[in-house]
Amino acid sequence: MLSIKNLHASIEGKQILKGINLEVKPGEVHAIMGPNGSGKSTLASVLAGREDYTVDSGEISFNGKDLLELEADERAKEGVFLAFQYPIEIPGVTTTNFMKTALNKIREHKGLEPLDAVSFLKMMKEKMKLVEIDQALLSRSLNEGFSGGEKKRNEIFQMAMLEPTLSILDETDSGLDIDALRIVANGVNKLKNEDNATIVVTHYQRLLDYIVPDFVHVLFNGKIVKTGGKELAMELEERGYDWIKEEAGVA
Amino acid sequence: MSKLIKEDIDKFFIGQFEAFESSLNGESKKPLHAKRKQAIDNFRSLGFPHAKHEEYKYSNIAKIFGKLFNVENLSDNSFSLSLDEASRYFIPELDAIRLVFVNGVLNNDLSDMDTLPKGVHIQAIKTAADDYAEDFDKHFNTHEIEGADNFSELNTAFTNGGVFVKIDANAVVETPIACYYFNDAKNADVISQPRNLVIAEKNSQASLIESYITLGENTSFTNAVTEIVVEDDCVFNYYKYQNESDQAIQVGATMVHQLGKSVFNGVTLSLNGAMLRNNLSIAIHKEHSETNMYGLYLLDGKTHVDNHTVVDHKVANCESNEMYKGILDGQSRGVFNGKIFVRQDAQKTNAFQSNRNVVLSDDAEVDTKPQLEIWADDVQCSHGATVGQLDMDQLFYLRARGIDKQTAKSMLLNAFASDVLSNIKIEAFRTLIENKINERL
Repeated sequence: MLSIKNLHASIEGKQILKGINLEVKPGEVHAIMGPNGSGKSTLASVLAGREDYTVDSGEISFNGKDLLELEADERAKEGVFLAFQYPIEIPGVTTTNFMKTALNKIREHKGLEPLDAVSFLKMMKEKMKLVEIDQALLSRSLNEGFSGGEKKRNEIFQMAMLEPTLSILDETDSGLDIDALRIVANGVNKLKNEDNATIVVTHYQRLLDYIVPDFVHVLFNGKIVKTGGKELAMELEERGYDWIKEEAGVA
Repeated sequence: MSKLIKEDIDKFFIGQFEAFESSLNGESKKPLHAKRKQAIDNFRSLGFPHAKHEEYKYSNIAKIFGKLFNVENLSDNSFSLSLDEASRYFIPELDAIRLVFVNGVLNNDLSDMDTLPKGVHIQAIKTAADDYAEDFDKHFNTHEIEGADNFSELNTAFTNGGVFVKIDANAVVETPIACYYFNDAKNADVISQPRNLVIAEKNSQASLIESYITLGENTSFTNAVTEIVVEDDCVFNYYKYQNESDQAIQVGATMVHQLGKSVFNGVTLSLNGAMLRNNLSIAIHKEHSETNMYGLYLLDGKTHVDNHTVVDHKVANCESNEMYKGILDGQSRGVFNGKIFVRQDAQKTNAFQSNRNVVLSDDAEVDTKPQLEIWADDVQCSHGATVGQLDMDQLFYLRARGIDKQTAKSMLLNAFASDVLSNIKIEAFRTLIENKINERL
């Protein structure tokens, strides 16, 4: 589904990603872990098409398409979804209106008719249950005045609405209490099927107790320096990241 | 055609006044004319405001007038505007008392005021000066107000074609009064100086819309003054809408005298013109009054819009809220100058002001200046001004959900404008403005 080859990316002339290789197949969950500043969020942003970053070299193909040729909205239409680490507040745009516009743009791209108001509301109600989010919240301005937990739940709600094939969760666990974390993880798990894939970007192992990864990759200094199963995450939890740095020969 | 300099313009208007005066015959003996003469004398001392006047520093009306206006090709005020043509500029689906002005003069044939709601009096200002002499004595050009300037004097001097509106005490007028000011500049340049007096007697409610339209490719110069007197327990809603031609120069003063304990809501919407200057002056004379001023300027091309507002808190326990927003593209320019006076007696005043701007191009410019003069010590006043670009993080967030750049941009700008537009309480009018904005974004 996703194939990243030798990806180099920089921001304002500073090199952040220094040769990433990653293969993701349908039905898989990949965790990307690493210390702060290792390039985890940059990787997530580059995949989603954020224009602040420059891709210096390498390839990303997604379901046979050259992802780097596509604008951010085109990537979303192809099925890429980024759950933001810091969801943006947009005063004056309600979540409902935002989702209706987004959903219909994606449907249009797939050659489907726009969803009528009744079906849209029905779908919203269904997906709301998944992340235990309140209707009143969705009629308010997007993320404005939402708590940290509400913002993250809103991200997963949007993911449920748009039904992406590749979801990238960027530090979705940061700032979440354990109850909210369970709700969010539960939502993600329910959305999982054999045709879609998830990349979980996180600093801590805790989220991976709930969203169980098939592969764990450790990102350090812009490169994936170690790959293993979920037990690697446990090891990182116990031993920290220093031994990884040593192994990578940078200490 | 050579460019006119300020002295030429002064001379031109004095000459115009002399011609106007000589056409008046017996009317020149009436009290109204004494006010005109006083006004032209006042005008004479400083003449046409130009860039050296502090308040016109950013909006050099004299310069653009001198550049665009051809006094050799001045309309003789004959016009060919038909109802059919005019109706294309009326607000669609709006049930209104319609007042149509052509070149500054109220036109009965194009207006629709045959059956007025109970408690509403409308008539040409010239005859109303006789028929409502008492109201005129009391209110016409009698209340001093901050923000009045030499353009207001010039307008007073040419008081002739405007309208007088009176809302009787206790009347609730649900049908808005819509004024359409047409300048017929199809064959020649036009000057129009409508002067209106609106009196809302105690415990009445009414809404007034003023819309300005220039037809044709020639230059128009509008110098409008609308005085609004608001008495005790009134709620008065005022809307000004400017979607003018590229050759339209306009100075418009709205002078609101909140003589009684009252609520005044004003919304100013500016979309197009050569140079548009809005002087909105509000004096609060009685305690427990409320004043709300909203504005949106959505500009592109070379349009220049200048909003000068003054709210004068003369007494205690009043509240004023002001929110002006600008979206500027192309080589447009926006000027905002918001003055708040809180006089010594005006304790417990709450006065809030904000001016926010989004600049979409490298060549657009905004000059914003809040001015607070506070003599009372127990007050709450705040002001803020921002000039920025479209928020790239917001834009990316929308795009990351599959919304294309153009749609995302339009969503964000509509959201930005929405808290001004939500104050347009007349649905048909709000719909029109929303459509105009969507066309533009």
